[in-house]
Amino acid sequence: MKCLKLLFVTIIVCTACTNESVQRYQPTPLQLDIPPLFEQNILAPIIPSDNPMTVEGVALGKKLFFDPMLSGDSTQSCASCHAPQNAFTDDTRFSDGIDGNFGNRNSMPLFNLAWNYDERFTWDGRELSLERQAFEPVSNPIEMHSNWQEVTAELQNDSEYPELFDLAFGTSTIDSTLVTKALAQFERTLISGNSKFDRHLLGQETLTPEELNGFDVFMDEARGDCFHCHGNANNPLWTDNIFHNNGLDATFTDLGLGAVTGDPTDNGKFRSPSLRNLVYTAPYMHDGRFATLDEVINHYSEGLQASPTIDPLMKKVDQGGVQLSEQDKVDLKAFLLSLTDDAFVTNPDFQNQ
Amino acid sequence: MKMKKICFVLSVFFVLSSCGNDDDNSLQEADVTFSFNHNWDGTEVTSLDFNTIQYTNANGEELSIERLRYLVSRVMLTNASNQEYILSDYNLIDVGTEVGLTFTGETEIPTGAYTMSFIFGFNNQDNIDGAYLDLNSTSFNVPMMLGGGYHYMQFDGKYINTSATETGFNYHVIRAVDNPGTNPIFPQDTFFEVDLGTINISNDVSIEVEMNIAEWFRSPHIWNLNDLDTVLMPNSSAQIMMYDNGQSVFSLGTITQ
Repeated sequence: MKCLKLLFVTIIVCTACTNESVQRYQPTPLQLDIPPLFEQNILAPIIPSDNPMTVEGVALGKKLFFDPMLSGDSTQSCASCHAPQNAFTDDTRFSDGIDGNFGNRNSMPLFNLAWNYDERFTWDGRELSLERQAFEPVSNPIEMHSNWQEVTAELQNDSEYPELFDLAFGTSTIDSTLVTKALAQFERTLISGNSKFDRHLLGQETLTPEELNGFDVFMDEARGDCFHCHGNANNPLWTDNIFHNNGLDATFTDLGLGAVTGDPTDNGKFRSPSLRNLVYTAPYMHDGRFATLDEVINHYSEGLQASPTIDPLMKKVDQGGVQLSEQDKVDLKAFLLSLTDDAFVTNPDFQNQ
Repeated sequence: MKMKKICFVLSVFFVLSSCGNDDDNSLQEADVTFSFNHNWDGTEVTSLDFNTIQYTNANGEELSIERLRYLVSRVMLTNASNQEYILSDYNLIDVGTEVGLTFTGETEIPTGAYTMSFIFGFNNQDNIDGAYLDLNSTSFNVPMMLGGGYHYMQFDGKYINTSATETGFNYHVIRAVDNPGTNPIFPQDTFFEVDLGTINISNDVSIEVEMNIAEWFRSPHIWNLNDLDTVLMPNSSAQIMMYDNGQSVFSLGTITQ
């Protein structure tokens, strides 16, 4: 009988221990603030199972995003080339790194990234997840020109970061994987879905006749035919996130997707960017060659260059493009600007404060 | 003696078990898998064959395929009592990315005799503007000025025109429409049902459907790409010709069960 009693007590003690371990600290789950038109019209955002969204993870990611400690000489942060006031891109054609060197691509704006269903990021699709993308700029010699050993050592020795990592990931031991996970979590919160056109679709605002005609130009296969690559009123992303050669060049100095896949039929293809927030994201195209939206529209209207990989969706290439009337160009621009989300660029959650 | 009893019990168990296995071989219900294959007059076409001008259509125009995605809906089996078993409400097949080429019905089908059919595109009842989140997400929509709803097919490529220049074509199939704008008029339905014939299902079965891409350009209308290469969506005559040519595009391939 004594033996049974002892066994009973042992079981109770062990069970109590188990319960204690189950109740260990967990970061706070965070639901993305999904705009109504996204919720109604398109598939759910992609959140990797090994990097769930948490309040603490996003807060840490935001701090890291704006922290110049990630660069070799502590002068540049992610936000240096992805500034909130520019819809998280740069206002120059190419961005200069900490050593004053320039790349050959225009910084991509950052928003609605969790809806890139194929998860091919950057202009050429080189990075196969947001987390992987975040690895690259830190060690790139023409960008932040640091290395992950130094960065993580610095973060580890910081007075705040070890505790913040502990809160976000349950460990105060900092490594590059956790840094990029936190950055990706913050980037997934950068959601833009409150433009005049969105409010028009929700019945909250009226478009001008010019904006309405511009939308018709956009959707008309016989005029702009923009919708095949940039979506429509049922797809609030305003991009297909797919790679196209849009007739910028007859020969290529930058192979784009072709350099990634090694397939010459991919040469000159770059990912369609979203058309949201264009007022903030100049200059345009993968190499920032166009300073204004007028130049972009003129390119599709009269400036197309034939090449073996030009997308068949580019029409009237032999005439240089779709030959829009001057009025249609003006109206198309008016529509495109109706996709501006001012609240996005001023959202306090996305500022360095 | 005990050992003998144990052996007897075990023997009975194994005999019964083997009887049970025999019974499993004659299924009451079966999984049905559809696979969509593509060919150009009998020569297999996959994404590896894209982007090279290597096909010649009935009009003698050399062409390439760069994008080929299309919608099938109401993929179903119908038994003698006209009971319908829908294996897929709709399925977007993208030959270039190799998505949707094969799918298995979500529910098992009672064994027996059936006719097999599907609809190319959406019928008018199903072709509801913006209703399908996955199709919206991949921008398969048709502009509202053309009646909304969805493409039935996007087939893009390049051909050598009469000026010996590589030129794009967009053979996009939608519901034929006139009077684009706020009051579009639909002169004729251009979705169509494909009847694949009959099948006697006795086990899990894989059904192959063949699309002969060359047929889109051949019969009854020999397609002249020099005349009809782009901006075909608002061209109802072209859409009706596509509908006509589409009738001979699909056929039943191999059945394995």
